[in-house]
Amino acid sequence: MENYVYIALFAPLVSSLFAALFAQKPKIQLVGIVTSLLIGIALFASVILFMNIEETGKAVSVTLMDWIVVGDMDTKFGFSVDQVTVVMMTVVTLISTVVHIYSNYYMESDKSFNRFFSYLSAFVFSMMILVMSDNFLGLFIGWEGVGVCSWLLIGFWYEKKDETRDVNPSISPSWAANEAFIMNRIADLGMLVGIFLIYWNLGTFKYTEVFAHIGDLSHTMLIGIGIALFIGAMGKSAQFPLHTWLADAMEGPTPVSALIHAATMVTAGVYLVIRANPLYSQIPEVGYGIAVLGTFVAIFAASMALVNRDLKRVIAYSTLSQLGYMFAAAGLGAYWVALFHLAAHAAFKALLFIGAGNVMHAMHDELDMFKMGGLKKVMGWTFLYMGIGSLALSGIYPFAGFFSKDTILEVAFNEHTYGIWFILWLTAGLTAFYSFRQVFLVFFGDERYHEIGAHPHEAKPYALWAMAPLAVAAVVVGFFKEDFVEFVTKFLPEYEMSEHTEHMVVILTIITTLVALTGIVVAYLKYAKGLKRNLEFEQNNKLYKLLYNQYYIPVIYDRVFAKPYKELSDIAWKEIDMQVVDASVDGIAKFVEKSGDVSRKAQNGNLSSYLNWMAAGLVIIIVIAAIAVAVQ
Amino acid sequence: MTIGLTHYLVLSAILFSVGLAGVLRRKNLLMLFFATEIMLNAANVAFAAISVHIGDLSGQMFALFIMAVAASEVAVGLGLLILIYKKYGTLNLDNFSIMKG
Repeated sequence: MENYVYIALFAPLVSSLFAALFAQKPKIQLVGIVTSLLIGIALFASVILFMNIEETGKAVSVTLMDWIVVGDMDTKFGFSVDQVTVVMMTVVTLISTVVHIYSNYYMESDKSFNRFFSYLSAFVFSMMILVMSDNFLGLFIGWEGVGVCSWLLIGFWYEKKDETRDVNPSISPSWAANEAFIMNRIADLGMLVGIFLIYWNLGTFKYTEVFAHIGDLSHTMLIGIGIALFIGAMGKSAQFPLHTWLADAMEGPTPVSALIHAATMVTAGVYLVIRANPLYSQIPEVGYGIAVLGTFVAIFAASMALVNRDLKRVIAYSTLSQLGYMFAAAGLGAYWVALFHLAAHAAFKALLFIGAGNVMHAMHDELDMFKMGGLKKVMGWTFLYMGIGSLALSGIYPFAGFFSKDTILEVAFNEHTYGIWFILWLTAGLTAFYSFRQVFLVFFGDERYHEIGAHPHEAKPYALWAMAPLAVAAVVVGFFKEDFVEFVTKFLPEYEMSEHTEHMVVILTIITTLVALTGIVVAYLKYAKGLKRNLEFEQNNKLYKLLYNQYYIPVIYDRVFAKPYKELSDIAWKEIDMQVVDASVDGIAKFVEKSGDVSRKAQNGNLSSYLNWMAAGLVIIIVIAAIAVAVQ
Repeated sequence: MTIGLTHYLVLSAILFSVGLAGVLRRKNLLMLFFATEIMLNAANVAFAAISVHIGDLSGQMFALFIMAVAASEVAVGLGLLILIYKKYGTLNLDNFSIMKG
């Protein structure tokens, strides 16, 4: 089994290095095929490991080498594949394989085709390190690795020029990439502090050893560690207030959005909380805080998705919102529920994003949904896929979201946190509304795309086939809930509903489904028959403008943080660097030059004056020697 | 009055000063050579006198060595002077400042 661990881990690395060989060359179709195959091999190895662990129930651990051996510190470069890890591995490699195959279609006419695959595979490798590492340090390496790959891929079209916020809310790919990277840096500081605290108190990074001794620490220290680690999770999973980068990250190519900014990387924060469950179950108050924040983000992001016209941004906000759901579940102690929603969400959200990619291709990169409409006729398969994805996202029976999201609501109810339950319930309605607003705006109604001169076409068959596994997963995953629970609760703590909740489950399910159906019906009534815009409302309604401008948070961040920071940097540059540092360095150089200029005159070439100088020097030396002797 | 060490050393100092003054003031290269020879011989006088005074022969040996070196130096130096004179037609130092920085 150890060999499968190595295969799953290193196949993506080989894939990335292979593609990197041709990074500067024009498109080579073989690169796309080979990388897809290698990632497929990683998927195969992950599935084998999954089956093995299901059979034996034991984790597979390997130690690659000694890593850091300094003084008392002895950290191994080790990997451990347990139930949680193998679920993450399967999800990551499945989505990656689909996205790799799909990218062959999506990037087919991009001039940096090979470079794209190199980055994409490098991301998969980093993600595998993140989920497979058996210690916090390895997790951190993967954590930073996915950050770098995310930066590379968001800024993939770095040559695009900056625009103002009115034209493009994300300004430009390179701007968005930097924003994502810097925000994650801020959060990573928290993460590092958490890891340092763990080492400082327990003297080890290894999960098993850390969690075995976590009970020895004082409660205050546990809270400190819990909060610090969660700050790291907040950055990667784009939780408020570090959420703005995720919507802007949609500047990257759409397969990247599907893989990194929906299905895998952004769920790393949830993974961290699930992984550290022995820690968080000791500090329920922090867990409650996480749940409240997650709930807030769920409705906060959903509200922004209600009015946005950008196809990808709507899905991005929906991702944020669903991450909020996951944190709510994890915070309330229902770790396997969070993991289940993570896996289900990965499938249907990647499906939605890839569908959006098809639409974008058909519309020649137009993203404004108000300029689409009626695409059902030409893009039947994409419509089907996005329809499935939206139904799953809305939580309609029998799709995956129904099982995972309903369980989260039940957990909220079971914990007697009715406020959280109510907000999540409301959000479920909003989710259904915005998902179907999107479906109806894009695929139903009048064909507004004629105005922008687009000639939509369906994606190539192999791209559509590549999407099929995700669609199947979005439909059937829910039915494996019981098996999933049995599988992961060998590692994660079980979560039992109280009897009271058991009685209420049917009613809860019905009212949740009702609110979701209401959302769909409202969206149908409003958008399915064609778009009737109320321009006056859009321009004058305060709430609409507030939501459309993302609560003005990007502007506020700009004014409060970016601008003062730029001014401070200007001062540091013009006043401190130029006036003090540069001036002193220049001063030394000028002094040497000037003194050389003066003493150059002594070099007049006249032997007689040289002899005079020599005699004078001799006299001076004798005088000094005489004084020295006299002093002694 | 017997002639003692002091007299020799005073003579040596006077000779050295004369030589030094010549080195500093003279502009003619040939005269510079003479001046340096005077300084060398001032040193020789001091060497010989002190050698006798402390009864150690190595000072006198040193003086002989200096004479030998001075002789060879003059041989080479005069040869060069003749070449310079042939090339420039003068031995005045102020005319030679081709190494000016």
